[in-house]
Amino acid sequence: MRAETLARLLVLGLAAAAVGFPLAARQRPPLLHARLAEQGGWAPDVLRAEAGQPLTVRLTSDDVLHGFGVGRTDFEAVLVEPGKVTEVTLTFDQPGIYTYYCTVWCGLNHWRMRGVIEVRGSDVQAGAPTPPLYAQLGIDIDAPHPAETTPAERPNALAAPVVALEFSFDQYAAASPAQLWSSLGNQPGLENLTDAQRWDLVAALWARQTSPAALAEGETIFRQDCAACHGPQGAGDGLYADDLASAGQAAMQGLAGAPDMLMQSPPDWQDPAILLGASPALLQGKLLRGGMGTGMPMWGAIYTDEQLWHVVAYLYTLQMDYP
Amino acid sequence: MKRLALTRSPWLKAALKSRWPQFIAAALLLAGFLFVIVSGLLGTPVGSRNFGIIAVWILWWALLILAAVPLAGRGWCAVCPIPLAGDWLQRGALLGPSGRPPRGLNRRLPKALRNIWLQNGVFTLMALFSAVILTNPRVTALALAGMLAAAIGLSAVYERRAFCRAVCPVGGFIGLYAQAAPLELRVADTAVCAACASKACYNGSESGYGCPWGVFPAGLARNSTCGLCLECLRACPKDNIALNLRPFGGDLEKPAARLDEAFKAFLMLGAALAYAAILLGPWGGLKAAALAVGSPAWLAYAAAFLFICFGLLPGLFWLAVRLGQVFAAPRRRTARRSDFALAASALVPLGLMFWAAFSLSFVFANAVYVLNVFSDPLGWGWDLFGAAGLAWQPLLTSWGLPLQIGALVVGAFWAARVARRAAAQGGFHALPVTGYAFGLTLAMMGLLL
Ligand code: SF4
Ligand code: SF4
Ligand SMILES: [Cu+2]
Repeated sequence: MRAETLARLLVLGLAAAAVGFPLAARQRPPLLHARLAEQGGWAPDVLRAEAGQPLTVRLTSDDVLHGFGVGRTDFEAVLVEPGKVTEVTLTFDQPGIYTYYCTVWCGLNHWRMRGVIEVRGSDVQAGAPTPPLYAQLGIDIDAPHPAETTPAERPNALAAPVVALEFSFDQYAAASPAQLWSSLGNQPGLENLTDAQRWDLVAALWARQTSPAALAEGETIFRQDCAACHGPQGAGDGLYADDLASAGQAAMQGLAGAPDMLMQSPPDWQDPAILLGASPALLQGKLLRGGMGTGMPMWGAIYTDEQLWHVVAYLYTLQMDYP
Repeated sequence: MKRLALTRSPWLKAALKSRWPQFIAAALLLAGFLFVIVSGLLGTPVGSRNFGIIAVWILWWALLILAAVPLAGRGWCAVCPIPLAGDWLQRGALLGPSGRPPRGLNRRLPKALRNIWLQNGVFTLMALFSAVILTNPRVTALALAGMLAAAIGLSAVYERRAFCRAVCPVGGFIGLYAQAAPLELRVADTAVCAACASKACYNGSESGYGCPWGVFPAGLARNSTCGLCLECLRACPKDNIALNLRPFGGDLEKPAARLDEAFKAFLMLGAALAYAAILLGPWGGLKAAALAVGSPAWLAYAAAFLFICFGLLPGLFWLAVRLGQVFAAPRRRTARRSDFALAASALVPLGLMFWAAFSLSFVFANAVYVLNVFSDPLGWGWDLFGAAGLAWQPLLTSWGLPLQIGALVVGAFWAARVARRAAAQGGFHALPVTGYAFGLTLAMMGLLL
């Protein structure tokens, strides 16, 4: 072979390898890219899997540190570091739609980083899904719900009079503490209680619906996912609350409707009239569904019903003492 | 001054005359260059983990400014992959001359472009956007692809290597600093050239191409314009070309900088100071401004950069030279313009050492990234050499500082030496120019430490 021919083959071969090799290697195992929500969030944002079959996901971040969690499963969230690749394997027992989400506060729109995994399978569970409790009870969770009365002192379950009283979960969920307090006034045998004693009784009945372990889990979730906007004490003064309000105003300007209804700042739960006027079903509904146009994410896709009830139980401890 | 002709060794001479070693190096580098472009486009957009960014701006830059330029001058140009495709297009061959007439339009490079003003302009443009180019893999890839395309396009229109001579922003400063290198290509005996009819070194022969850089080797006094491509060595029928080892700064013994080169020197000094301030200085706002291309803050940064490089540094230097003239000849009224460019030769070692000191700081700080990206070049989770997961840690921290200070001190005294030579040649006083060099060195030291 002539030297010149050899040289040409060499140049073209090397160049083809340099370009072709990464192009060829590109297709197989695709990466799941994490990007700030402003940059498009997860790419891709839909994954598919078969129930019972392991799904391997290779994660990388294109900008800052993110996390990867899968809602309503016991999958342990992992960190997704910029430019590095983290590999995880997921197995879903049940078919359905699962949500994956960022678990690291990466920015104001962190919670918008979501994607879904469609898990298909043969043993599709029959029956229509049950509507959430707030819908069954006909509660309009977007309507204002101020408490008509509020306690003069902080209710304390330990100070409550000992009374034998049936109090089911359904009763608990359906009425706000203030409503329960009013109705307790009409209960035979309780007419002699002072207002404060009646409030303490409400706290005691609330305490029956939870446990220290459940409260601890509720608090953990609150610190991790809620406090950034709602504030560490639930006063609506979290780090992101102001950003949220201004970003909301800007974002809502193009929308018809009542902008003041949308994108409100988080409520001040240090105000007893607000928190004690909310029924557990209402709070759980807000968590489940999200704030519809406010910055409140839809947590129903992330946390199990049980976890959401734990958060609800924890929230009332902002106004009432129970162990 | 003493020279040691490497070409006296028959073994070495054969290696240099053969095109293969040089060609294979360039072909491999071309593959690497293309891979850098592809990885810049397809790999992770995270700069510190992208092969393109790290391979070019850390690894290649370190090798260039800390080794290739100080030791071999335009040695990089000898194996640079960028002109390879254009050369092939022009010559119709990758190796020796085919005997066929050159392809392409083969126009002569316009006189207005036979200097490095355009290179200064391209470099300035890149410097203004450098904060983005240096951190964004996509932009780096596009800039490199643009250089490749420009080199090919210019080869199709003009004769020889128009891109290398007039456009390449890297070539401009390599040429400037190559004057300090201990390696040179020269004719062995000018008398032989005077009697030579073919001037094959310039016109080409069947064994070598006419100088791609448009240089007549017998007229070479400085390294700046010679790309060390070795074609003249292959073409000369009288075996009159020598590759010499020489003391450092060989070309600066008889300073002869032109005005375009003087401004290249200011540009390089200004860029070194600016980058040191951006990357190592305590001013977060400055860094943000440099990154926010197009914003008012960036416009202010760009204006300041241009003012420093084209106003402040040359202005102060002009004052220093003028002062030196007044010291030497108090009664002379007018400034001699040529002294300005002549004295600017002193800025060659100064700038080279500024860049060496500055590069030391970020090269050793980021060396781990080099290991990372070679293990996972596309950020796809590979681990070829088991180093993909290495956590960031600065290397050689204890050595860095003394080395940097050493480089700056060497640069200042070397500049003083060249200033003395230039002053003697121009008949002005060297002290103000020396003071200028020491002043800038102190400023640079302040930024680096
Ligand atoms: S071909 Fe050789 S001898 Fe002739 S001018 Fe060129 S270098 Fe000199
Ligand atoms: S003088 Fe010789 S080595 Fe230098 S560029 Fe010209 S041909 Fe190449
Ligand atoms: Cu995130």
